[in-house]
Amino acid sequence: MSVTREEVLKIAGLAKLRIPDEKLDKYTEDLNSILGYMEKLNELDTSEVEPLLHPLEGSAVFREDEPRPSVSTEEALKNAPDKTDAHFKVPKVIKTGK
Amino acid sequence: MNGYKDFSEKLSLIRQKEISLKENVNYFLSEIEKRNNINAFISTFDDAVEQAEKIERKIHSGNHGKLAGMIVAVKDNISLKNKLMTCSSKILENFTAIYDATVVKKLRGEDAIIIGKTNCDEFAMGSSNETSAFGKVLNPVNEEYVPGGSSGGSAAAVAANFCDAALGSDTGGSIRQPAAFTGIYGLKPTYGRVSRYGLTAFASSFDTIGPLANSLSDLEILFSAIEGWDENDSTSVRPPKRNGQPKEKIKIGLPKEYFGEGLSEEIKKAIFEKVDEYRASGYEIAEVSLPHTEYAIAAYYILTTAEASSNLERYDGARYGRRSQNSSTLEKMYFNSRSEGFGDEVKRRIMLGTYVLSAGYYDAFYGKAQKVRRLIKDDFDRAFQEFDLLITPTTPTPAFKLGEKISDPLQMYLGDIYTTSANLAGIPALNVPVGKNSEGLPIGMQLMTNHFNEELLFKAAKIISQ
Repeated sequence: MSVTREEVLKIAGLAKLRIPDEKLDKYTEDLNSILGYMEKLNELDTSEVEPLLHPLEGSAVFREDEPRPSVSTEEALKNAPDKTDAHFKVPKVIKTGK
Repeated sequence: MNGYKDFSEKLSLIRQKEISLKENVNYFLSEIEKRNNINAFISTFDDAVEQAEKIERKIHSGNHGKLAGMIVAVKDNISLKNKLMTCSSKILENFTAIYDATVVKKLRGEDAIIIGKTNCDEFAMGSSNETSAFGKVLNPVNEEYVPGGSSGGSAAAVAANFCDAALGSDTGGSIRQPAAFTGIYGLKPTYGRVSRYGLTAFASSFDTIGPLANSLSDLEILFSAIEGWDENDSTSVRPPKRNGQPKEKIKIGLPKEYFGEGLSEEIKKAIFEKVDEYRASGYEIAEVSLPHTEYAIAAYYILTTAEASSNLERYDGARYGRRSQNSSTLEKMYFNSRSEGFGDEVKRRIMLGTYVLSAGYYDAFYGKAQKVRRLIKDDFDRAFQEFDLLITPTTPTPAFKLGEKISDPLQMYLGDIYTTSANLAGIPALNVPVGKNSEGLPIGMQLMTNHFNEELLFKAAKIISQ
């Protein structure tokens, strides 16, 4: 199995990344060699194996659902690239009908 | 010279007024400046000098924390309130943390002084500290070589005597491998033993924070200060109480898969010399098999890139971090900010993770790797039924030259062969410096044990640290 340049562009798009043309061949080559190596796992029969989802199995933690103070609006907006008094400001999401 | 062999000696010298803590901090700051080509730090804190005066008074008053006077460097993927936290990425180059990580609170609570934030691979993704957006770190032992990664700045800072000790993070070897390459101690604790609150997430089911130090006793005291359950980290755990007497005869296993092809002869020889010392000290030694070792790298890079692709979705230019100018729509803002902000290795890993999680490939890659993770953990569970400790090399080769592997990511990944398994299984592992090769490059030995048994690692490392 191998990924094509087109598939690499598709994966990049899903991850909201743009790969410049001059780097596309190198990305494709690297992803293919890594994914090719990962296929090594197919040597193992794992049909009877339970997946290990987390090193601390079955230790879900619960607490009372009590309101507590959290980060202030001012602090939360401190690193915002663009903001209003109490909001993050971003470019337009929907086109206005004109 | 800083004039002491470890922190406990430093503390008594401060008490006897043989050492001024303020001068000590100034000495470290001037050393960092003098060898700034090492590039170990992304930021240093001048307010450390004022803190030194304050802590020095506390030491003389007799009422102080157990790390009073210890000068610590912290990896730049750990939060310090109101300080920059870049994660060595352009996407966070102007990001100011708004809270303290739990480990930072604990350090301050014990009167440690934080001298600065250390360089690392971008978002801790790398094994050579060459992926940092703020320049590579040089190995202070030999500046033509990499210091290892991703906690390369923390390791270099300790090895070059820019501080007393440092914190790093270890997702697949990022504390142990740079410790091995620079000739110092580095501990990857049991998953969950040290709170991750305030550690920037890379692969959440693998990430751990741990200490790096020149001496075992410093490593141990630093670890004892940062470990412990934390209500702010739902994956932090209270270590189970150990019952009964410590075993009289400690049994050490040598996993045969860790001594095969690809291991440097000089490293192998150095480790077997230490094994002989253990035998002479009354430890029982035998070979053991961890049969799924050869699958660790593949499983590790599938699972961690999957977790990373999800964790790094948050860097979208909307709420914090770099926002690309000239983005007329929200969609363009996401694409432009991420494409400009992330470096190639981070992009490659996000894309790998996106691929292995995508429809049609999920079962073949991600699901399969989770099953292999079980097999690797089962290997350790079986081994620890018979053995208390495992001894392996930390790395197959000593430090490699700058630029040697950076253009071949798979070769770089394969160098992590001996370190990723501990993160897959969640067990603790310690790098112990055990000498140098013929070129003067440090050699590291890895001690591994079962969950929550760090104390046994320290005890065993002591045997050969004299």
